[in-house]
Amino acid sequence: MSPTCPTGTRPPMPSTNAPEPRNRGTTVVALPPHVNPIEPTNPPEVCIRCRSLNSWYGDLQALHSVGLDIPKNRVSAFIGPSGCGKSTLLRWFNRMNDTIPSARAEGEITLDGRDLLDPRCDVVDLRRRVGMVFQKPNPFPKSIFDNVAFGPRLHRRYSRLDLESLVEQSLRRAAIWDEVKDRLDQSALGLSGGQQQRLCIARAIAIGPEVLLMDEPCSALDPRSTSAIEDLIRNLRDQYTIVIVTHNMQQAARVSDRTAFFYNGALIESNETDLIFTNPAHRETEDYVSGRFG
Amino acid sequence: MNDARPNSNHFQKLIDRGVPRTSAARVRIDRAFSIICLGITLIAVLALALLLASILIEGFPGLSWSFIERYASRIPEQAGIKAPLFGSIWVASICAIVALPVGVATAVYLEEFAAKNRVTNFLRINISNLAGVPSIVYGILGLTLFVRMFGLFGPIQNPAFEIGGETFAIYYDSTGEPLRVPVTSRNETPSLTTGSIGYIQDVLDGPDGELIFTNNWTPIPLTIVNGDTKFTPAYGVISAVDVVEPIDYEIQKPWYYVQFPFGQTVLAGGLTLMLVVLPVVIISSQEALRSVPRSLRAGSMAMGATRLQTVFRVTLPASIPMIMTGAILAMSRAIGEAAPILVLGVALFITDVPQSLMDAFTVLPMQIYNWTSRPQEEFRALAATGIIVLLVVLLAFNAIAVLIRQKFSRPLQ
Repeated sequence: MSPTCPTGTRPPMPSTNAPEPRNRGTTVVALPPHVNPIEPTNPPEVCIRCRSLNSWYGDLQALHSVGLDIPKNRVSAFIGPSGCGKSTLLRWFNRMNDTIPSARAEGEITLDGRDLLDPRCDVVDLRRRVGMVFQKPNPFPKSIFDNVAFGPRLHRRYSRLDLESLVEQSLRRAAIWDEVKDRLDQSALGLSGGQQQRLCIARAIAIGPEVLLMDEPCSALDPRSTSAIEDLIRNLRDQYTIVIVTHNMQQAARVSDRTAFFYNGALIESNETDLIFTNPAHRETEDYVSGRFG
Repeated sequence: MNDARPNSNHFQKLIDRGVPRTSAARVRIDRAFSIICLGITLIAVLALALLLASILIEGFPGLSWSFIERYASRIPEQAGIKAPLFGSIWVASICAIVALPVGVATAVYLEEFAAKNRVTNFLRINISNLAGVPSIVYGILGLTLFVRMFGLFGPIQNPAFEIGGETFAIYYDSTGEPLRVPVTSRNETPSLTTGSIGYIQDVLDGPDGELIFTNNWTPIPLTIVNGDTKFTPAYGVISAVDVVEPIDYEIQKPWYYVQFPFGQTVLAGGLTLMLVVLPVVIISSQEALRSVPRSLRAGSMAMGATRLQTVFRVTLPASIPMIMTGAILAMSRAIGEAAPILVLGVALFITDVPQSLMDAFTVLPMQIYNWTSRPQEEFRALAATGIIVLLVVLLAFNAIAVLIRQKFSRPLQ
């Protein structure tokens, strides 16, 4: 098993399932899907760049020399069996691993060219730019309005009117406004699991992040809520760079533009999603996506 | 490799090899055990019910509004519980005002900020140990720390530092009533001249013809009378021969007046009780903070909240019902404590409600203890009545705790 990222050596192959341009006048989707974003010839399109990243929890090495580029305004999926390091990598992107005392990392992760692992990096500002949605919906025991207004109030002072429209816009983007508009002052804990998760997404986008990290956002939800979240992810992808960790390979195939497969703390393969699923370069990837192990 | 299909015959034989226990016997034992438990519970409840009944029978006849309104007296029929009742309220309030912020802040530090290392583990373990220290030990600590302040500021009667008080020299006027003349310090002897201002206490005629001294002091111009001259006794007249030096000094204390050392005052009493309840408040607050799901903190941090913002906007609001419940239960323990207050050496015969932080006080358990130790039967009845008042105060506190829990408690995930 090679710990290096093999995608850089693969010949670029045309995609049969390129992301459909959403008719919103953005130029993001104009990027030809066969252009491999790991090539340094396209630096503006790379949002998060990760080079020879090693990470440990105490003595246990969780990531082995990971090199990966997250393209801007696309959906990237991390797949792999449990304990393969995909969540660890995700949690380095907004330094949430800082809350685990034994976690440490060496290597390089840059967001728009700025080093994230630099001890001088402003973690508060980083987390404002890189939002996160967790596996289990975690709304605060506050009203729906206060949940969405929580983030904006942390970073800026708003007039009541501005805050109200900001909350409305966030809830609309998270496709939950119609369900909650009449009960904004009620507890968020009264919502169903799927609604709570969309509320958490609304909460995350209310502070205007550039990147949204989603750590198995649907694993605690029923299929209908899952499909609602997946629709939402597809709708959000031209405004945000989305990285989603998932155990559900169909989900990765449905929502993501690019997929990275991790195994035992190493990045095995990273490529356009349809290539990963139809023509994987590595035996482990093929075994995993075809359900033979994992 | 697990053998998925063992020899089923052999497997069943292995199961049957055990000596059977009849299920009827097990059900009987189960029922018997539940009856034994009920009996044991009833013993405790009955003992409590007997105690309550005897107290109610003995003390209820003495319960009246005048009992609550009257001060201590040597005559049982005139004795009341006003001073200890208000003393308890003062002491409990001071205790709560200090113990709550200190206890919650300590718990927040230990749970949310402190690194998990040997020093903080040592702190955590020892706070739990402090909760088990007998309260009389805290009384001794309060005596040296608050009442005497290690003697660093001189004796209690002549404190080295005073803040906010107004000092008066006390003379007796020609009728024998105390007369107060303002001075700048306790060591100053005022030069009295006719026309200088003194204060006399308002004296009213009580309902039975006895004199009642109020808390009001009326300013009057002094008339200094030469010792040779005959004079008509009147308020505010001082005979120069009789009195050359003031007989005593007194400090008029606004509520914020503070002296160092504190002496046997409500502030010292409240702070001593604070020492008693602080470990309990810290531990219950720690438990409350720990009950807030980690995912809520993570959600807040992931949006760029600092630890402080997370504490004030997420963790504390979510744990306030539990913190308040624990704190109020600790407070009701403080109200019932007699031992630490006893050690402070407070006066038992108090005939006034505390007006300032530096006033003498007594508390309900002390007054009850005092009455029970008297030989006369009437005082025992008073003690029973006092216990009823104490129980009502404690039940009121517990009721507040229940109300707060119901009002604030919202289901967490």
